[in-house]
Amino acid sequence: MINKDLVIIGGGSAGMAAAVGAYDHGVKDILIIERSPFLGGILNQCIHNGFGLTEFKEELTGPEFAYRFIEQVKARNIPYVLDSTVTSINRDKVVVYTNAKEGVVEVQAKAIIMATGCYERSAGAIGIPGDRPAGILTAGQAQLFLNEYGYLCGKRIFILGSGDIGLIMARRLTLEGAKVLGVAEIMPWSNGLNRNMVQCLYDFNIPLYLSHTVSKVVGKERVERIEISEVDAHMKAIPGTEQSFNVDTLILSIGLIPNNDLLNSISCTMSRTRGAIVNEHFETDIDGIFSCGNVLHVHDLVDNVVAEAREAGKGAALYIQGKLPREDQVIACLAGDGVGYVVPQKIVLDESDDNLLFKFRVKAPSKNVFIEYAFNGEVIKRVFKPVIIPSEMEIESLPKNLLKTNQGTLTVSLKAKEA
Amino acid sequence: MKDVIIIGAGAVGSFIARSLSRYALSVLVIEKENDVGDVTTMANSAISHSGYDPVPGTKKAIFNVAGNKMMPEVCKELDIPYGKVGTLTVAVEDEQLPMLQELLERAKQNGVKARLVDAEELKKMEPNINPEAKGALLCPEGGIVNPFLLPVRAMENAMDNGVELHLNEEVTGICKDNDHYVVTTNKEKYEAKVVVNAAGLHSDDIAKMIEPISWSILPRKGEYYVLDHYAPGLVNHVLFPLPSAKGKGVLVTMTTSGNYLVGPSSEVMEDKDSVSTDVPTLENVKAQAMMLVPKIPFNQQIRVYAGVRATPSTHDFIIEPSKKYADFINVAGIESPGLVSSPAIGEYVATKLVGAVLPLKAKSSYKKTVKPYVNPLLLPLKERNELIKAHPEYGEMVCQCEKVSLGQIKDVLSRSVPCLSIKALKKRTRAGFGKCQGGFCQPQVVRLLAEHYHVTPLEVLYDKPGSSLVKEEVKKEAK
Repeated sequence: MINKDLVIIGGGSAGMAAAVGAYDHGVKDILIIERSPFLGGILNQCIHNGFGLTEFKEELTGPEFAYRFIEQVKARNIPYVLDSTVTSINRDKVVVYTNAKEGVVEVQAKAIIMATGCYERSAGAIGIPGDRPAGILTAGQAQLFLNEYGYLCGKRIFILGSGDIGLIMARRLTLEGAKVLGVAEIMPWSNGLNRNMVQCLYDFNIPLYLSHTVSKVVGKERVERIEISEVDAHMKAIPGTEQSFNVDTLILSIGLIPNNDLLNSISCTMSRTRGAIVNEHFETDIDGIFSCGNVLHVHDLVDNVVAEAREAGKGAALYIQGKLPREDQVIACLAGDGVGYVVPQKIVLDESDDNLLFKFRVKAPSKNVFIEYAFNGEVIKRVFKPVIIPSEMEIESLPKNLLKTNQGTLTVSLKAKEA
Repeated sequence: MKDVIIIGAGAVGSFIARSLSRYALSVLVIEKENDVGDVTTMANSAISHSGYDPVPGTKKAIFNVAGNKMMPEVCKELDIPYGKVGTLTVAVEDEQLPMLQELLERAKQNGVKARLVDAEELKKMEPNINPEAKGALLCPEGGIVNPFLLPVRAMENAMDNGVELHLNEEVTGICKDNDHYVVTTNKEKYEAKVVVNAAGLHSDDIAKMIEPISWSILPRKGEYYVLDHYAPGLVNHVLFPLPSAKGKGVLVTMTTSGNYLVGPSSEVMEDKDSVSTDVPTLENVKAQAMMLVPKIPFNQQIRVYAGVRATPSTHDFIIEPSKKYADFINVAGIESPGLVSSPAIGEYVATKLVGAVLPLKAKSSYKKTVKPYVNPLLLPLKERNELIKAHPEYGEMVCQCEKVSLGQIKDVLSRSVPCLSIKALKKRTRAGFGKCQGGFCQPQVVRLLAEHYHVTPLEVLYDKPGSSLVKEEVKKEAK
């Protein structure tokens, strides 16, 4: 058994930024555990640009963005192990990992930060009707095959879901010579960032079928044909609206799910969106275990991930230094009308900062609305939004001095602008 | 000239091969798929039924009960995950209670341990059961078994004892030539003294090559949901509703890998080879399952699948020589409870039916066990550490969801049963079976298979020929 102040599980953007955040707040005895042969995580397969506009005020590719953070980790001499898989953790913060060189290593940590990212919802998870031949891949898997291994997954492609990776792959596959016949989205609106809609679909004349889903896959060994259908208000395919496409590949971009096996294994309290329930320091309901980045909630932009992870690193450092309050009294944060979820889900209200940062997504696109913060029933802040959409995470700050006590409920809701 | 040709390497064919491998016989198994156990055997409920349900005196009853008794020992010899968790057949309405009594009687006649549990005890045993449930029949000898490894390891054991296996070879004709058979495939012609037809869904097609038959196989599809490793305790037993004419009904069970299965439907169909799923059928499965367990976490769904049962028109297993020839043996219509029956069927076919036409001389070299498989995660930390120090590949994790190491993958690639596809590797190791369904590890698995078989990734198959995952190499000049 070795001892470490802080163990960070995952060496992608969140893990590296969390390490930097903790280090810069005085905790230097850190170990980052990364499963792949490189730091950087999924950024390494995202060779397109568009990363870093907030963080570095310039447009970088995924590997370039990762490189900037690898340099920050190296500049601080923060130790990390690669090709290493965490096989278990417990509530006493013992982390067991394994790799080919060291065998099995047990680490007793004072604090743990979970930065294990997310995984893609698969065809099986939504039970796409029809046959189950080869040629149905998630967008990230197609991206991994293409960008890291150098293989094109198909020549005639249809994409289900308008998530950002799907849009990025529509362009990427087209540039590599594949024909992308269309993108179907079950919702009546797109699920990707606006810039990706424009740059990846419209610029390449790839049609987008809103309120459509794949209603049938046909193919014995490999996908031969798919059918899409329009969906009704309950998202069920409407008979008679089928359109058929002869394709060899169906790519799915139907959502990302936090990769929370480890926290689930120790019965950490989870939210409806399958991330941990955390306070404003990103501490879960298990003492000294923190969560940040896509394993906490799925972000659109890596810039937001690293900002959040630095805060989690700071939170873990404060915890290790005994500076985080250990109080029972907390404010519960709730998603009200029109809001899908809110992070953090609770507030301990200590004196470490002046402002609280809230992140949330709305359930449906709206125009001319107020975001309303109500504390114990009383409206304490309203922010006007001319346009608000589910595919873009909202980040709003709330001055702490608006909260008069450290108990009760804070509700974030969407209110229509009065006529 | 072979002594025996077995057509079909499902659970039944594999166990017949294993039982025959004890004797000094030359045995060839011909399988049309790209792996053993690739059709009905791999897509079912993965249950070791106790045998309370089949009509007493039928072959189903006899082989089910015998097979279930053999299962713990067989699984030990072949290193197959098995759990004697017990089954509960649940009455959800008062009117169903007399049926439980009937089933109890039937269990007694079949020689199966069983007892009735009342609503109160049932709720203690199964906290998540429908609160309206009235009672259940408990069969403590029923259990769960890994259906992927059952045929693979039985065949491995058979091959280690000298049996020959040809995959991707389809029998196209059989004719009797005096004292032997000529079996023609899409690749070769073989001669054999005895032919065993264990061709599953196509066993009627094979049987007809020899003589007209009075029975047929009526394909009946079952669709299922697979849920991820959920916190243990959603169910503690295999939960069945009361059986009906259509089958055992929609069950809720855990698997030997800690997942949960919900299904199957029961649909009569025409195409024997279609394993497609559809929304209304699965919705119906869901609704029926929720009669047993109202709060099934379907948000943990990671896969849906369908299997096709080889339902015989006779409604009982057909395990007998053909009408004309004692040395042409039909083993057909092995629908549920076929998986659990297969070790007993294997023994019977080898010793009684093949034994009736060929001398069975025991081989002194016969070994009944497979070389043990190592799963580092099942070892205590100290032993795991020693293993990895000695064999570093067991410390290199390929599949993160199911925690499958490179060492385990190389092990299955080195065994006697060929592991030719991504799916074959998945069935043996669970790599790609988890929540991401291969999203992260499949490219690496493709690379490992390509390296092992000295082919390019373009030639690595997901399953059958024509099922490669990638279509074209890019930036070749840059490499």
